[in-house]
Amino acid sequence: MTYLKPLFRHPRLPKNKLGYTLKEYEGSISTLCAGCGHDSISATIVQACFELSIEPHLVVKISGIGCSSKTPAYFLGNSHGFNSVHGRMPSVATGANMANKNMVYFGVSGDGDTASIGMGQFVHAIRRNLDMVYIVMNNGCYGLTKGQDSATADQGSASKSGHINPFQPVDLASLAVELGATFVAQSFSGDKQQLVPLIKAAIQHKGLAFINVMSPCVTFNNNPGSTKSYDYVREHMQATGKMDFVPERKTLRAAYPEGTETEVTLHDGSTLNLHKLATDWDPEDRLSAVNAIQQARARDQILTGLLYIHTGYGDLHGILHTTDTALNSLSEAELCPGQAVLDSINASLR
Amino acid sequence: MIDSHVLPRPEARVNDFVARFANVNGTGSASANFLFAKAIFRMGIPVTPKNIFPSNIQGLPTWYEVRVSEKGYLGRREGIDLLVAVNAQSMKQDIASVREGGYLMYDSTKKLAPELIREGIHYLGVPMMELANEHFTNPRQRQLFKNIIYVGALAVLLQIDYAVLETLLQEQFAGKEKLIAPNLKALRLGMDHAREHFDYPLDFYLERRNLIGDKILVDGNSACGLGAVFGGATVMAWYPITPSTSVAEAFEKYASRYRVDPETGKNRFAVIQAEDELAAMGMVIGANWNGARALTATSGPGVSLMNEFIGLAYFAEVPAVLIDVQRAGPSTGMPTRTQQSDITLAAYASHGDSKHPLLFPATPKECFEMTAACFDLADRLQTPVILMTDLDLGMNDHLSEPFHWPEGQRYDRGKVLSEEELDAMGRYGRYLDVDGDGIPYRTYPGTHPTKGAFTTRGTSRDEYAVYTEDSAAYKRNMDRLLLKWETTKGLVPKPEFYQKHNQSDWGMVFFGTSTFSSEEARDLLAARGMNLDALRIKAFPFGTETEAFVREHPLIFVIEQNRDGQMRSLLIQEMQLSPRQLISVLNYDGMPITADQIALQIADYFKQTNTLSHDVSETSI
Repeated sequence: MTYLKPLFRHPRLPKNKLGYTLKEYEGSISTLCAGCGHDSISATIVQACFELSIEPHLVVKISGIGCSSKTPAYFLGNSHGFNSVHGRMPSVATGANMANKNMVYFGVSGDGDTASIGMGQFVHAIRRNLDMVYIVMNNGCYGLTKGQDSATADQGSASKSGHINPFQPVDLASLAVELGATFVAQSFSGDKQQLVPLIKAAIQHKGLAFINVMSPCVTFNNNPGSTKSYDYVREHMQATGKMDFVPERKTLRAAYPEGTETEVTLHDGSTLNLHKLATDWDPEDRLSAVNAIQQARARDQILTGLLYIHTGYGDLHGILHTTDTALNSLSEAELCPGQAVLDSINASLR
Repeated sequence: MIDSHVLPRPEARVNDFVARFANVNGTGSASANFLFAKAIFRMGIPVTPKNIFPSNIQGLPTWYEVRVSEKGYLGRREGIDLLVAVNAQSMKQDIASVREGGYLMYDSTKKLAPELIREGIHYLGVPMMELANEHFTNPRQRQLFKNIIYVGALAVLLQIDYAVLETLLQEQFAGKEKLIAPNLKALRLGMDHAREHFDYPLDFYLERRNLIGDKILVDGNSACGLGAVFGGATVMAWYPITPSTSVAEAFEKYASRYRVDPETGKNRFAVIQAEDELAAMGMVIGANWNGARALTATSGPGVSLMNEFIGLAYFAEVPAVLIDVQRAGPSTGMPTRTQQSDITLAAYASHGDSKHPLLFPATPKECFEMTAACFDLADRLQTPVILMTDLDLGMNDHLSEPFHWPEGQRYDRGKVLSEEELDAMGRYGRYLDVDGDGIPYRTYPGTHPTKGAFTTRGTSRDEYAVYTEDSAAYKRNMDRLLLKWETTKGLVPKPEFYQKHNQSDWGMVFFGTSTFSSEEARDLLAARGMNLDALRIKAFPFGTETEAFVREHPLIFVIEQNRDGQMRSLLIQEMQLSPRQLISVLNYDGMPITADQIALQIADYFKQTNTLSHDVSETSI
């Protein structure tokens, strides 16, 4: 297990706008291996929700099966979670989201859960632009069944037992851009500074926000020769830019050199200030995003940060033209048309 | 001696015949044939039309069979009295299918080949193509009006009320009035030809009656879609598959009419065509978990795919409603033919110990009511509930009692805790059996800032929804689910009895679309001195009523439309019966079961086993 929660908390823990401390956003104790990247991501989700002052009970956490899919129990303990079946998180999240459009949806998945058994559902959740944050905790292996290669393992990457993966990897970020995802980011579980603003922006994004997070498996895939180890990822990360998430247009300006700054406005008026490091890349241009990802790959680098964003495209509720009231809150009078309607239907069938 | 598959019936000349239309798929015959059936319905005479269609869009043979029964028998019977043969591909087999002394109407534009002439039946030649070509110029109209011409000829031969046909055509083309005149013209061409060339009426014909009352003519799938709207479903997730597709289409049609916010024009429902049946079921579970009422509709292949999710919903205790419009399996089977062959699949869907409530509607009215009831049951029991209909019920029009929504009927959302209730109680345990009925209390996400949240999972957990691998906790949970199963028996619809008190040692058990043929078979057998008590199953698990019926009849015939006697297996398994007590009466050729098949199998059993007294068996069949 990663850690034991301290019973004593500092009496003057900082509070957010709701008057909550970080404690209100934590979950139960993780049962993952000590040093697991997934626990760092959980902590980042806690931080992002705390900073955004989101009511924890208005968040829904849904996952599939695998190490990553266990994590919803380890963050936001006052939120409902659904640890469903392998590869099917997107469909359960779709149904949940249809029932109540007024909550924040976190879908947590892994590379096995998304890139293999759940590939179909991943693809179609993106097509529908479901309003959710879709996080893949990507470690290139099947941890719970003891380290088999997953579909995101790089060709030539060595497992702990020395086995060299002979197959091409599935590049989830490229695929997401290709499929028309409206928010695609990539990050590293060890880079909290980058991940927190990304998750905050993902929450505020209207539509499917996909974040592929490299999250090394300390037990089965942290060995020399693995391209998903802590050392390898640290050495091969190349950020698209530095970013600040700015809620509701507060005036916070980082002093970035002129010409390298991009500002993306999200649907609720919050903004993402990007200090671009990759010069030939534009986060609102799909072709440029695909180019940047592929060029980084060709250099054996992992491009991190916000890769692509498209705002102003309707989510699934918008496409289906659903009413503003959550469907699970409609009254019986609004749902049941009544006998008078049946009488006219009966008459039409005679 | 039984030497025929048709049971002799007293000769009836009025309102008692079977007409079959042999057409080519995609030639517009469906609306002409429906016009024929609907006209008989409007004349107040019980009628049952059935479509026998191929898995094909255009070109293959398709049949439409109309049974007319003064006595109100709605099942199929053997023996075709009149066949309208307008499909060259199937002509030979169609001619062979007419009963001795029956009639064959054909297109006499071309002379019939000599090998198509059969002794012992009457030929009614109508030059359909010639008349259509002579009076219409548009090629599509020539094609379509061939069909109306034969309806016209039949109107004379069988004495269909012309005013009824005229009204029906006016209704059908309301808004496209210029189509009414040519349709009426085609109708009259057929009528005139029949009057000039044939003796009419035939030796069986129609007479206006008042036997329909306020009944309606509708297909089961439309009724299911409507039932889901009335039952409060807001989310429908589905994947196209015959014969269930029209359930989703009906839901969307009725929801678009009756579930739109009048002020904003926005939808109070969401229909999602999923990427496959797995995803459809996942969406249904997600939506129900989050407090909406959601359903999916599929057929056997879809249920196979949904097994994993059905098990999750059972174990994690999430409500879900699934409509299984059964078709002939296994595998892709016969996609456009009917069967009742998903019974064991649905009853025990998924790995591990699991079982699920099933409801068996027999009429469109029951499709409507039971679909709505499925939502109450699923919410109350927090488990997937499956409506077991089939292609025959779902896709064919049936004479049915009208739809009714009782005044004051309210949804039963089951045990769901509100914010106030959570505040007023001690520690909340999602899987605590507070009431002793095996049903714990749910909370919807977002109910309370600090109480009532939990993680739903398909893994074992304790009463507080905390993951555990403790054997005792796992077993407690499995035993509680079994207790919930016992509670289920008292909540599902009770069976229907056909007698006040048991009168016979022999019983018949049937369900769903086997009902009407079984009822007729029971009368046929009774007329021959074989009296059987009868029970119609409406739900699984079986309650005390079914148990009592089974205990009181040493010999029971279980009538169903599958090869392996699946309902019989379920009865034996769930009530620990001796297999010798239950005798299977089966039909599994993909066609709706007939009364004759049932009666003959039962009579044959009696004969083979010398069950009947000497004089009864001699005088019977």
